[in-house]
Formats: sequence, structure tokens, C-alpha cells
Amino acid sequence: MARSVKLWPAIASLLVALMLEVLPLPEMLNIWRPPFLTLVLIYWCMMWPSKIGIITAFFSGLALDILCGSLLGENALALSLVAFLTSRFYLQIRIFPLLQLSASVFALLTISSFVSFWIDGIAGLPSTGYSRAFPVITGTLLWPFVMGLMDRLRYIAENRKSSLF
Amino acid sequence: MARSTTEHDPGLFRGSSAGLRFALIAVLCVTLMVLDQENKHLVEIRKGLSFIVQPIVYAVSAPSSASDWLFDTLSSREALQEENARLQEQQLIMSGLLQTYSALKAENNRLRALLDSTEKLSDKVLIAEIVAIDMTPFRQSVLINKGSFDGVQVGEALIDAQGVVGQVTRDRQVSAEALLITDADHAIPIELLRNRLRSIAVGTGEIDNLSLPFLPRNADIIEGDLLISSGLGDTFPAGYPVAIVSSVRSNPGQAFLEINAKPIALLNRIREVLVVKTQKPLAGLTPAADTAKPPTTTAGADE
Repeated sequence: MARSVKLWPAIASLLVALMLEVLPLPEMLNIWRPPFLTLVLIYWCMMWPSKIGIITAFFSGLALDILCGSLLGENALALSLVAFLTSRFYLQIRIFPLLQLSASVFALLTISSFVSFWIDGIAGLPSTGYSRAFPVITGTLLWPFVMGLMDRLRYIAENRKSSLF
Repeated sequence: MARSTTEHDPGLFRGSSAGLRFALIAVLCVTLMVLDQENKHLVEIRKGLSFIVQPIVYAVSAPSSASDWLFDTLSSREALQEENARLQEQQLIMSGLLQTYSALKAENNRLRALLDSTEKLSDKVLIAEIVAIDMTPFRQSVLINKGSFDGVQVGEALIDAQGVVGQVTRDRQVSAEALLITDADHAIPIELLRNRLRSIAVGTGEIDNLSLPFLPRNADIIEGDLLISSGLGDTFPAGYPVAIVSSVRSNPGQAFLEINAKPIALLNRIREVLVVKTQKPLAGLTPAADTAKPPTTTAGADE
């Protein structure tokens, strides 16, 4: 029970990431929007692999699909794959220095972006060319900040003595 | 770092069970996608799930609605009076124009009766606001704040004060998703106001550009022509302005003209739209009348 109660920072940050995914941005910035949900999910899969994994990824991906009106299961599949890979290699990734860690995140984001690209292609949606790569770039650049923020959140959660949360 | 050892413990069979779990979820995802692509099996499930994520929609769009509300409440008395005066003036002009319009409409219906075609029905509209959230970046879609609870149905057309905006593609309970006419997957049947030449305007994926790929090189179309919805295909009501032709290029090597048109509705700036609830007359009556008539008219215009 104590373990499941401790999930609040992960769930809260996933919810915030979900909101950031649909936050209205100007047309120009919209194609550069970093994949917040994927970043946050990678972090928790890496740090709490026994609590956050494929199932969480599936449900948050499903929520994203519903929210932005994409094919049901598209983001769910991409995020589940990212979660699977992360929880498979978390022991290696976790001890990487920041630069190498960012490179791994870049690889994961590329994979997830390719999955949705393929699905869109199969579903007959118009191809969008290079703009698919923009979120991967911004996402990788944003990773150190996401990681710093999440580290602080996790530190608070793990060192809190009160049983309130 | 003592805690990290506790996190490994479910680890002995973790690898294989995670792989199995991922395989199952992947199969589930693919099944969902295939069913969703068919677009009819999952409608109810989507509706139910969208009800669950509705709080997120409210939370994200809250700042923009709050600022609207704040602007309304805090605007000065003078500004409101000024706006009121302006609106009253506008209303007077509009109702003046409307008087002649109703006479014209009656005349039109009499003439249509003489031609033995069905009477034109007026369209009912429902005012909706665009919800301030960004949908998927690779499509041109918007969310409106009226859904199936308000009677919005899939396929209904959206217009704004200037022209056609798009059509409803998915209804949720208290909101609905709509595709704009400029989405690369969207096409709208149109006709030229000048000579009733019919064609189809296809979206390009750019917010201010439509293309007309199906007109032969001898078609009578020039820059500045107004395109209105033709009403064929039964999705869009007839007679609403859609776009203005912005460029016509004739490539000697190709059979068709390269035509671009600029949508009249301010697609990236609209806040409020009208959902047009077309009153469909008896099925089978209008299509026959519609298809029977235009050929003679176009032939007349060509001569």
C-alpha cells in the first residue's frame, strides 16, 4: 500500500505533461512542441521501473490520443514501446553522464516519432516531411531541464517522512 | 542510494514478462487502431473516454476563457457603450438588408416552384466556440465547445461570419472535433459564383491555401473568382462563400490547371463558429433535382 501511495509525483507530472501536450501555442511554435509526455515517461520508467512501466505508458498514450484526436492507439503504441525499451535498459541508461543520457533520450524520441510516422503513413494521413524531426530535437534539448525538475520532485517524494502522500 | 537495491527485486523474470506484456499491449494497440480507422466500431468507446479527459480540456483552456471573462468584466463603461452603439448600428443595417433578402427569398422560392424544383429550406444554426487547445500538429483540426448533448452530429458544416470553416468529424458529449477545409485530407464541392462551373477544392495542409486540381486547361476561371459551396455531396449547405481564387497557372505540359484559392473564413483567427444544421428534405428528392439542373445552366453560361 505504501508503495502505491508514493506514486503521486509520477502521476501528477504525467498529468501536467499531458496538459502541456495540448496547450495552445502559436502556429509557428506548434510544430516544435517538445514531446513532454514521452520525456516525463522516460524519466519515471528509468527511475521507478517497478512502478511505472508499459501499462502506465499505454494509458497515458490512450489519453493523449483521445485529447488530440489522433488514431486511437497510435500514441499508446509509441509510448508503450518507449517505456518497454527504457525499462529494459534502465540499469545502463541510469548511470550514464548527462551527455550520453541525452543521446539515449534522442534515440528513444526518434524511435517513438518513427512509430507514429509509420502509423500515419499506413493510415493514409498526409506525410509531413522534415517537421517530424523538430519535436525530437526540442525534446532532446529540453531533457536536462525535465530531468532536473523531476529529480527534485522525486527527492521530495522519497524523503518525505509524513504519511500524508 | 540504498533504495535503488529495492527497486531491482522484481527483477528475476522481469525481462521476459515485460516483453510479453509489451507484445500484448502492442497487439491491443494495433487492434484499436484498425478498428478506429474503420471509424464506426469505436465511436461509443471514444465518446466515453473523451468524457474522462474532459477535465484536462477544461484545465488547459481555462486561462484563455478566464482572460476572456476578465476582459469582459473589467472593460470600461465607455468601451461597452461604444461597442453597444456600434453593434446597434450594425444590427440596423443588417435588418435593413434582411428585408430585401426575405423578399428575394420569397421570389426565389416562387421561381423555383415554377421550375418544379423543391423549395429551398433555410438552415438552422448553433453558435459554438473554439476551445483553446491544440490538436495534433499534423492535421488542421479544432475542438468546439458543443457536442452531442447539444445536438451536434458528425458531418455538420461549420461556418463563421465570412465563410465556410470545416465540418464536424467526431462528436464527443460536450465538445466536438472538426476538420478545417484546408486540411490535406479534406475536400469540399464548390462552384464558381460567376458561371456556376463546378469543381472540388482540396485542402493543402497550409492554413491559407486551397487547391483546385480537377479543372481542365480550357476552364473559364480567373484570379479573383469567388468560390461558393455547391451543396453537392450533401455535407455542406449550398451557397456559402468558401474561397477566392488567388492564382491560376497553366502548365503547357499538363492537362489540368494549377489553381490556388485563399479561404475567406479567417481560419487561424476564429473564436466563434456556427454549426449549420441542414434540414434535409425528403431523401431522394433534392439530389435528383440538383443533378438534373446544373448541366443546362453551365451549358448556357459557356455559350
